[in-house]
Formats: sequence, structure tokens, C-alpha cells
Amino acid sequence: MSTRLATGGRLIDRTRPLGFSFDGARLRGYAGDTLASALLANDRMLVGRSFKYHRPRGILASGAEEPNALLGLGTGARFEPNVRATQQPLFEGATATSQNAWPSLAFDIGILNDLAARLLPAGFYYKTFIHPRPFWKHLFEPVIRRAAGLGRAPREADADRYEQLYAFADVLVAGGGVAGIAAALAAAATGARVILAEQTAHWGGRAPVDGDRIDGQAAAEWVAAALARLGAMPNVTLLPRTMVAGVYDHGYVLAEETLADDPAPGHARRRLWRIRARRIIAATGAIERPLAFAGNDRPGVMLASAVRDYVVNWAVSPGDRTVIVTNNDDAYRTALALLDAGLAVPAILDARPEATGALPAALRARGVRVEAGRAVARVLGRGRVRAVQTCLQAGEGAVIDEIPCEAVAMSGGWSPVVHLWSHCGGKLRWDEGRAMFAPDPARPPTGADGAAMVIAAGAASGALHATDCLRDGHEAGRRAAAEGGSMPPEAASPAEAPHAEAPAEAPLMPVWRMPQGAGVRLAAKMWLDFQNDVKVSDVELAAREGYQSVEHAKRYTTLGMATDQGKTSNINGLAVLAGAIDAPIPAVGTTTFRPPYTPVVIGTLAGEARGAVFQPLRRTPIHGWHEARGAHWEPVGQWRRPYCFPQGGESHADAVRREVLAVRNAVGLLDASTLGKILVKGPDAGRFLDMLYTGVMSTLPVGKCRYGLMCNENGFLSDDGVVARLSEDTFLCHTTSGGADRIHGWMEDWLQCEWWDWKVYTANLTEQYAQIAVVGPKARAVLEGLGGIDVSAEAFPFMAWVEGTLGGIPARIYRISFSGELSYEIAVPAARGLELWERLMDAAAPHGATPYGTEALHVLRAEKGFIMIGDETDGTVTPQDLNLGWAISKKKADYLGKRGQERSFLTHPDRWRLVGLETLDGSVLPDGAYAVAEGTNANGQRNTQGRVTSTYFSPTLGRGIAMGLIARGPERMGEVVGFPTLDGRVVQARICDPVFYDKAGEKQNV
Amino acid sequence: MLTLTCPNCGVAADETELAPGGEAHLKRFGPGASDDDFEAYMFARANPKGIHFERWRHAYGCGKWFLAARCTATLEVFATYPAQSAAPPEAVLAAIRARRPGWEGRS
Ligand SMILES: [Zn+2]
Repeated sequence: MSTRLATGGRLIDRTRPLGFSFDGARLRGYAGDTLASALLANDRMLVGRSFKYHRPRGILASGAEEPNALLGLGTGARFEPNVRATQQPLFEGATATSQNAWPSLAFDIGILNDLAARLLPAGFYYKTFIHPRPFWKHLFEPVIRRAAGLGRAPREADADRYEQLYAFADVLVAGGGVAGIAAALAAAATGARVILAEQTAHWGGRAPVDGDRIDGQAAAEWVAAALARLGAMPNVTLLPRTMVAGVYDHGYVLAEETLADDPAPGHARRRLWRIRARRIIAATGAIERPLAFAGNDRPGVMLASAVRDYVVNWAVSPGDRTVIVTNNDDAYRTALALLDAGLAVPAILDARPEATGALPAALRARGVRVEAGRAVARVLGRGRVRAVQTCLQAGEGAVIDEIPCEAVAMSGGWSPVVHLWSHCGGKLRWDEGRAMFAPDPARPPTGADGAAMVIAAGAASGALHATDCLRDGHEAGRRAAAEGGSMPPEAASPAEAPHAEAPAEAPLMPVWRMPQGAGVRLAAKMWLDFQNDVKVSDVELAAREGYQSVEHAKRYTTLGMATDQGKTSNINGLAVLAGAIDAPIPAVGTTTFRPPYTPVVIGTLAGEARGAVFQPLRRTPIHGWHEARGAHWEPVGQWRRPYCFPQGGESHADAVRREVLAVRNAVGLLDASTLGKILVKGPDAGRFLDMLYTGVMSTLPVGKCRYGLMCNENGFLSDDGVVARLSEDTFLCHTTSGGADRIHGWMEDWLQCEWWDWKVYTANLTEQYAQIAVVGPKARAVLEGLGGIDVSAEAFPFMAWVEGTLGGIPARIYRISFSGELSYEIAVPAARGLELWERLMDAAAPHGATPYGTEALHVLRAEKGFIMIGDETDGTVTPQDLNLGWAISKKKADYLGKRGQERSFLTHPDRWRLVGLETLDGSVLPDGAYAVAEGTNANGQRNTQGRVTSTYFSPTLGRGIAMGLIARGPERMGEVVGFPTLDGRVVQARICDPVFYDKAGEKQNV
Repeated sequence: MLTLTCPNCGVAADETELAPGGEAHLKRFGPGASDDDFEAYMFARANPKGIHFERWRHAYGCGKWFLAARCTATLEVFATYPAQSAAPPEAVLAAIRARRPGWEGRS
């Protein structure tokens, strides 16, 4: 069993015991433990079930590469799935739960999957359960969904707080191992701004565990002294517990810092760093590879480096007897650590033909049985390791002997962590001698200056041995500071690299399959990807079925997918694929490395942008009044506009009906402040607007208004609104509420990039004015109640504007109408908008004083057949389609969209054009319904001949009214067309004039 | 995420401050243009792996448009320059040639 040793553990504080729970059991650990080390100290060897077969899974690793020990942490609104136990520091009261184990971890239904493993080969998603269809839907899918999947999503909104910070650095060092520290020291000595980020809470990486000496000191002492020096430098920022997640274009880096595991109320849990760095040093170390032998996924089989970490860092024994199996010298350090802790190493199985280096010699000297040319034939034990059977690595697996043990420490060599190098396109080279992909310095990711923006350093660059690693880190730091710092090159640190003393190591021997001649029976138990349950046999099957590209094989087998991203499995899988298709490994290549390096909590990415501050909310000056009157809101862009003002339990539909009738019969008030208002001024303003609008604006007299349409260069309608000429060289262009910013940008684009010699100035004044529409037969009486401006029909005709003082407030009034009623739109400085609104409401009191919302506005305009951008238009509709030819100048040589509209298919007589639609039964047509035609199209679907664009119940007419686009519509007045509904009925509607009310326009001419 | 220096205000702007505007130095074809010319103006866009000229607007900064010459493969930025340029200025071309000696110009 795994236990806590009586002494040792460089990271734990035995004076601070902590309580936590795992699957409901109360357990104890120490401050400094990770969840993984605390679980192992409590003999919790079994921590999860595998994704596909639900095989028992134990802890494999000690860091970010852990594929198995993914746990649920916390409860309720603070629950987080897929937490890596190896990276999560223990804290008091931590509540951890296992995943993928229904109904329980110890015994679960998924084990049947293992027995039925023949049914779940590579590509099982694609072939096994698809036929017969009903079996999939009713039998396989529900069971698989229930029993599989990586954790479960939290059900409540995240209760924690997150924050974000921007930072800038000359040199960002990712990785606080000794290479990263040496790089930071060298760079910081020049005065460069340096950020040093380390994903764990501890500095120094593997060096303190491996027992190396640096500059004559124990590695841990050297690290502590170096950190003290860095911490004292004002140009250095140290970020422990900060995982550099991704490198993006031009030195942009995202990093996630963990601030607290169990934050106090109101305190942030994590922080997203958005860093712009001129040079990035990827000192991200290396990850040990598993060996592929039968039963390598049994709980108790661990990476050799992890066994060493648990013993040295956390005083955790994986078991009394640990067999080491390796193809390199480094794993012998694990044997030394175990012996030093008083534990037994029954054998070291070294796959190499001979093991004669300094480290093997040291172990032999201590009496350990070292067997060269030997391999693991299979691991015995089901829920955990009981023994290993040995065989010859060169053979086919004939068992030589059986060694009882509780743990197996395996090492297949090391792979540099090349993720940060690769995120922005850095290329890799295959190092044949050491059987690894390492960054190719000749093909780096480049930045804005065209030079390498990422420099790999230490083990991440392939410098695995401590001596090389420190020198490499030091040189990277000097180079990054010279290139990215603001100091002259001669200021670069001249200091010598720190020197590490460590035993020399003999070369490894690549081992992709153990033993090398193992047949299918053994290969089917050799795991490559522990998280996604991919075995040697799966990759070989994929290759046989034709998935020979590495990207295809990855997706077919799921190798290296999900949260793991192939950290432990990538190279082994590639090598097996290369063997299966008889190609050299570099020819197979790697899959793409994508950010994030390890998963980032979504809350960190969202930061404070959630709830009420998710995006800005735009409020009109009258917003508060609407809110106090219980307005039902409609979002319009970032504005909120009242949809209607329900009174005393009234339904929304009833409120809209009442508001429409109030406008038609008396007077209503609309807050139109959101309407876009763009000032266009200058000697060439008229010429410019003649290009922008389809009609002529340059001839508009001062004091008058004109309706205008804007198209894009394709000829399609983009926006509409009323233009008022304020003076000889000044126009005010009204746009739709949602279009103001876009149209202002459109104007600026043409002025800056095409007609830059035209003398025109534009300003978006949308928020400078409040605008209120007073609409209805009593509108004039309301304005007269305020007084100050002559609003008589004679003095102030339709489509004119006047300026003056209305009830003591400086105002500009436009006599325009979007309802067909007598209508005045009054613009006043925004600060006086609420005052004007309240004065108007008082003046309108004798007539009912009805505020109305956007829905009544829509009904009123639809009754008059007025189009609405976004309803009648969708980016494929021309003004001609909407019978708006009267607003298009025939005389102008050019306007934006004119050439586009001349194209043959836009002038085709069969185009769908605007008409009114009245249902034969008076009902309201469904919005967006299609009119069907005879016959079917090439896909066997009914042909269509039009669609509904606006549809409402008209309170004025007491029936449904609609507008729509119908093929050759205006030529087909009186014809009846059918609109199928979702419930299978067909609604019949007659094509008619889209002006349903007051066709002669008498109501606004009073 | 790119950083481009706005030549109008001098700010080295993050891509989040900028709005992309597509290919630069297009010639507008209006009424009277042939169908082929109009089609090319509306729809045909260069998409080179390599040196490219683009329109950008410093949308969340000074609001002005500018042009950028950069390499879409290496992300190297050769120059940013005023939007009021019918063709890349000589200084911009020289900056590109200094970095890409064999470059033969816009196709
Ligand atoms: Zn700018």
C-alpha cells in the first residue's frame, strides 16, 4: 500500500495538518501536499476510471502531465470538474470526488466495457454503434452518455470572482526551473523588465529532487538564493502559481495565476495575465514518457520521476517494493531516492543491452539487482500492482521470472515541452540520438520585427542534462535581453553561467513497445493514452484501416485529445504509428500544439465581464422614467428601449393595442433618443451625401427634411432615415437606432480612404440630443400647450424643421411622420430630455398622455406600409425590390450601390418584391413564413415564391396585416398565395397594397 | 494578436483596438464599369501567403484608417502608412525590399 513516510518531505509542513474528503471519506494531509500526494499518503491508489473502458486508474504523474487523476473539486456553485489532483494544493476542507465512475468508484458498470473491449476499437464512435439506428438512440447512447465523459459541467453559476491584468515585459520567462531562473538572472542583470512565471507554487523544477549541485551548493539552496536576488530587483516580477497558457501573435501571452484555492468572500480566486512581451523564453522543461508494456495502466505503475517526486517532496511511499523499468540512466535516480528513504527496489529492468554508466554503477554498488536487456512482460494485479513478470526486451514476451512488488516506476525517456514554442508556428526537429522532438532554432515563431520571438531554453530546448540546461538558460536570458531589452547590447550580463555538477548519463535506447516482439495479445493491453484509453493495438488498427496521417489517426483513435493534449502519449503514439506504416518518425510528424497548455477556468477568461457588466448598457436621458413606469424592455443594440408600457396587469399585447389606438385617436409620446444623428458639414457635404444616399440631398433647401436610403456597393439596402439641411454646408443625417455607429464608420471610411480630398467633416451626435416624437391628431395641441414655437400647419408644414424655444427649452422640431399621423419629433440637448418629456406628458394629460413603445411604433408603421431596416431588408434586398424607386435618383451619374444595382439578376423581373398580405380569415400570418409554389426543387423540397417580412395584429383595422416579398408581387394584386405553418396548416393570404391605412395620406396633412 | 502602430496618432495598438478593413489599394469601379471590372472590385481579393497590404481602422483609438504592409506567414510588419495612399509609397517598398531582397512587388 502507499503510505506517508515517518520522515522527510521537503515541501510538506507536518506541523500543519489539513482535513479533506474524497468521495465522502474524511482524510488528512499536510500543508504543502497536493491532492495527489495526500491521496497517496492515505493509500488512495485508485482515483478514477478510464474514459472508454472504465478500467481502474491510479496516479501516474506528479504534475501537469497527469492523465488519470482528474477529480471534481468543491460543491454547488464552487464545483469545478477535471481538476488535476497533481497540480491542486491541498487546503482545509477540500471536497474532492472521483469522475467517470457510475455508480461508484470501487465497483461500476463501466467495467463491462472492458470485458466488451472488442466492441470498442479505434474509431468506435464512427462504426460500432451507428447501426441499427434505433439501438443507438435507445440503448447504446443513453448507457454510454451515463457512464462516460470527462467529469460533469457545474450546474450553478460560478460563485467565485476572477480578475484580469495587463502587463508588458522585455523578457517573459515561462518556467521557474533552474533554466528559467538562470535565464531570468541573466536578463534581469541588464535592467530589462523581466517576468518569471512558474505554474507550481515552488521554484527550481526538478533540480532539488534530482539532487544536483549548482555552483557548489545543493540545488535547493542555490534556487532559494537566486530567488532572493530576483525578488530584490525592481525590474523583475515573480509570478508563482502562474501557468503560461498560450503564446499568440506578436508576443501576446495569456497566463493564469491562481491567487487562492479557497478564497475569502469577495476575493478573487484566479487572475488572467494579458502580457505583451518582446521576447519569450520557453523554459518549460520536459515530460517523462511512459513505456508501452502490457498492464502499464494498472494503479501503482507510475512515471519514475513522479515516484521520485512523491518520495522526496512529500515523503510518500508508493509501496514497500518498487520495480524500476527504464531505457535510460535518469530513472536510476528514482532507485536512489527510494533506497535513501529506506524502501526496497527488488530490480531495475533496463531495456538497453548494457547498463554501465555512473548511475547504474552506483546502484549496483548498493546491492540492487540491475538487469540489462530486460523488460516487463506484463503487470499482474487488477485493482493495483501485485507483481511484474519479466522477459527479454529483444524477445516476444516469454516470461523469465516474476517479481512481487507494490509499485512500478517506468521511464521511456524525456520529451521537451514544446507547446509554447509551437503555438505560433515554431517548428520542431527530430533528435535521433535522444529520440525526441526538440525546437528547431532555425525555424522559430517570428514576431513583428521578423525575428524569433520565442527562445526555448533548458530541457525545453533539448538540454536535458543539468549542466547543459543551466548554460542554455543563461544564454537564452542574455540573448533575450539583448534583443528585447532597451539597454545597449554591451550592457548584457557578462556573468558566467551557473555551473551544475551531475553524473554523466549514457544514451537512452528508444523503446516504443515492450518487449519489441510483443504480439497483439500484449499490444491490446499496452496503453499509450491513459486519459482517452488508446492502446498500441488501436493505433496499429487505425494505420491498417488507412488513417496514416497523424492528424487523421489522432481523431480516429482519440489519441492526445481532450484535456491531456498528448502530454504523455504524443511521442509514443507517433512512434507506434511510424512503426505501423514503416515510416521514419520525423516523416510522420507531430500533431498541432494549441493553447492552452493546461485547461484554463472559463471564469478566468471572463474575468469581471459577467452579469450586469458583461457589456455596456446605453440608456437614454428618459430611461429612468420608463423604468419607473414599468416599461417592458426590448434590447436594440446596446440600448434598452421600452417595448410597451403595460398598465395594471395588462398583457403586452393589450398594452400595444391600447398604445396604437391612443396614437391613432388622440396622441402618444415616443422616446426616439436612440435614433442615430450624424452631423455632416463642409463645402463638399452635399456632394458627399449625394454619393452616400440613392436620392439627391444637395438640392434639399435649408429648413427642409428629406427621406433617404443608403446602400452598400452591392446595391443592397443598408440603412434609411431622414436628412435635415441645417445650413448651406450642414446636414443632419438620421440613421436607424442600431445603425448609427456603423453608418458613421461607413462615412469615415469613404472620406478617409477614397475621397480624402473632399472637404467634409462628420460627427456622431447621437447621444448629444434627446429626441421625443409627439404623434397623433392632438399632437399640435400638445406642443401649443408648451408654447414658444408656431406649429401651425401654415407656419410649419410637413417635412420641414424649425428651431426655437419650446416651453423654455431650446429645441429643434422636425415635422416628419413614421406613423401616418400628424407628428413632431423634438430634439433638445440630452440634459434637458427628461424635463421636456415630463412637460409634454403634462401638456398631453387632457388627451390621455400615452407613452408608447417600439412595438406600437412597428404596428403603426406597418399599417402605413413603411419599411423597417432589418425586417423588410436582410442584406439581399434592393430599394427597387421594396418599390422605393421614387427615392432613387435617375439623374445622378453615381452613388454607392448604383453599379451593383445594374447587374442583371438585380433587375430581373422575377425578383421577390414588396406587397401587402391580408389573410382570408383575418388571422395574423406567422413571422418569416414562406409562400409555397407548385413543384419541388432539386432537393425535393417545395418551391417557394415569397416570404413574410412583417406581420402584426392591427388594432386600427381589427385584423392581421402583413408585408412580404413575393415573386413579381406588385403584378399579382388580388392573387391568393398559401403559407404553410409549423403545425401543418396552410394560411391563405391575398396579395394587396402594403398601405393598409389612410392610403391618401390625409391624416398627416393637417 | 497583432500590434500595429497607427501612423495617425502614433499609438502601438493591440488588435482589439483595431478593426480590419481587408485588402488595401483597391480601385473603385462604379457606373459604366464592365461586369468583369466590377466583379473584381467587389469580390476578387488577394489572399497571399507572404507580403500583403491591408486596411485597418484604429477604431477604439483615434478612429482613423491606415494601411499596413506585413507578411501573413511570418507576421512581420514592414510598415504602416497613411490611408491616403493610392499605392504603397516608395519608403514602404524599400522597407519590404530591405527584408525580402528577392521580392518582385505586388502581383
Ligand atoms: Zn490612431
